[in-house]
Amino acid sequence: MKTKEPLIRLENLKKVYGEGDSQTTALLDVDFSINEGEFVAIMGASGSGKSTLLHILGFLDKQTSGIYYYGGKNNLHFSEPQLAALRNKELGFVFQAFHLLPKATVLENVLLPLAYSDEPESQWERLAREAISAVDLNHRVDHLAVSLSGGEKQRVAIARALVNNPSVIFADEPTGNLDSVSGKKVMEIIHKLNSLYKRTVILITHETSTAEHAERIIKIKDGRVVSDEAVKNRRAAEDDYSK
Amino acid sequence: MTLKQTFKIAAKSILAYRSRSLLTILGIVIGIASIILVTSISAGAADLILKQVRALGGKTMVIQPGQDPKGPGDFSELFTDSIKEKDYFFLNKEKKALDLLTVAPVILETLSVQKDNNFYRANVIGTTEEMPQILDVAPESGFIFSEEDVKAKASYAVIGDEVRQKLFPDSEALGQKIKIKGKNFKVIGVFPKKGQVGFLNLDEVIFVPYTTGMSYLFGRNYFNEIILEARDEKLVPSLAEDLKGVMRSLHDIKTIDPDKDDFHISTQQEALERVGMITDILTALLLAVAAISLVVGGIGIMNIMLVSVTERTKEIGLRKALGATNSDISLQFLIEAVLLTSAGGLVGILMGGGLSFLLSVILSFFLKLEWQFIFPYTGAVVGFVVSAGIGLLFGIYPARQAAAKNPIEALRYE
Repeated sequence: MKTKEPLIRLENLKKVYGEGDSQTTALLDVDFSINEGEFVAIMGASGSGKSTLLHILGFLDKQTSGIYYYGGKNNLHFSEPQLAALRNKELGFVFQAFHLLPKATVLENVLLPLAYSDEPESQWERLAREAISAVDLNHRVDHLAVSLSGGEKQRVAIARALVNNPSVIFADEPTGNLDSVSGKKVMEIIHKLNSLYKRTVILITHETSTAEHAERIIKIKDGRVVSDEAVKNRRAAEDDYSK
Repeated sequence: MTLKQTFKIAAKSILAYRSRSLLTILGIVIGIASIILVTSISAGAADLILKQVRALGGKTMVIQPGQDPKGPGDFSELFTDSIKEKDYFFLNKEKKALDLLTVAPVILETLSVQKDNNFYRANVIGTTEEMPQILDVAPESGFIFSEEDVKAKASYAVIGDEVRQKLFPDSEALGQKIKIKGKNFKVIGVFPKKGQVGFLNLDEVIFVPYTTGMSYLFGRNYFNEIILEARDEKLVPSLAEDLKGVMRSLHDIKTIDPDKDDFHISTQQEALERVGMITDILTALLLAVAAISLVVGGIGIMNIMLVSVTERTKEIGLRKALGATNSDISLQFLIEAVLLTSAGGLVGILMGGGLSFLLSVILSFFLKLEWQFIFPYTGAVVGFVVSAGIGLLFGIYPARQAAAKNPIEALRYE
């Protein structure tokens, strides 16, 4: 019987920065798979290589060696426009630093990925407003991003990540710049994306409490996977992750 | 991503950084405004000079002292003494044989004229009774002096309208006496208000018999020029050649070599060609200066676009993370550059047009020139296309730099 291909499969992935004496190995012999619909936390200390891994998984960077299969296809076989299309349609990014356009409104920020999609323009505003509604920011739709609180900014970033209805959400330290209340709200939303909307969520964090929202935690140390285990006592969406 | 969307994004980015955008386009605005101003002034000047040349009529020829001026240094020859009374006598005597309608000598100087306590600096022209015919003007009151008056060195004057207004503000001028260089002249005619006729402003002149002028006013016995009118315009080219022969004979010049001549003959056609050539050279020179300023403006655009690319590194990384291709990023920055320079071009066209109009008003009202405002439509179209082209040319490098940014480095950029 043929088993279902994992959404993401890594084989001996290696990433080296620099050349000669200044070479730094960020990732080494990384092997794991992530199935569609999973909520996986990649956990490690600062400089462990977790963000490098997320960038490769999110097609923002390429490995030095090893193989990365996405949907059964080798990432090195995708052309630059194909990678851009994948980032646009398949993946949604939530960054620690939000990365919003400060002089654009909430609506304009959420519209941004649609501008690069093949979605008809007539549908853009409806889709963007739906995504903004999903993160409970209807009252801020016409406000400039620069005027929002940190928690609101991160919710805008989540709405932007959701607007093209992606299969995978990459969240890179999404609560890292937030206070505990805002962080809880953001984690509730991310939790729901997985449990209710069945999105694959890959969460990068250095905090155990945040990682425990996931079904599975892959721990990385010095660029190597040191453990890959299911979470026994998974936190509920409403749990205060920061405790 | 559609081109329309790229335009929208580019326009939003420009508007998001209004002050910088305005400063960026300043060089282009000045460059294009200069082009419009230069072409408008050039067209206006050509129009003014051509109108003045044409006002003399196509049948007119002018004999002046010295050789045909080919450069600024040659103009001093215009003040030499080679055109004398005997030349005029001969040409006037033989005018029928030479197919000439009129022959009028001109000796002129700007002199102070007095009537009681009123003074005016007028262009005093010593000539004959035939001069008004050439200028197609007649006194509105009184009359022009006669051939006999010229022979008799009569102290008669025919004055222009402004001279009349300044010297006789409250009284009738006709029959009154005016004083030029201490000599009394009787006003026997007053010209109507006529303005510019050829190169003369008729309102500011006083016509006196040249004989009187030579004896009492100018202190010399040679003319500035002799104006001749051919019987037919078609005869002018051959007549000009015939006149050269006559003048050489009168001046005892044995060779048929223009470099040996001590006179030159100008026809209206030659004057028109010369005006055209001068305005073309002037326009070309000024356009070259404007072109340099546009290139400098373009380099400014490139610099500021490169700064903009660096400043917006994070935005570029974000757009790439959200699905923008290298082409999308490149096109966005290229269109931003083109939109900026095109906007600069439009502002420059409006500013240049406005300044040209203002200048035409100043020249018309304050300097009393018959200056016509000419909007250079071709210059405007060329200016707009050039400004957009500069954006395209100088936007390519920053656009490529933007597209080449690594999204990870871009997102990490602080």
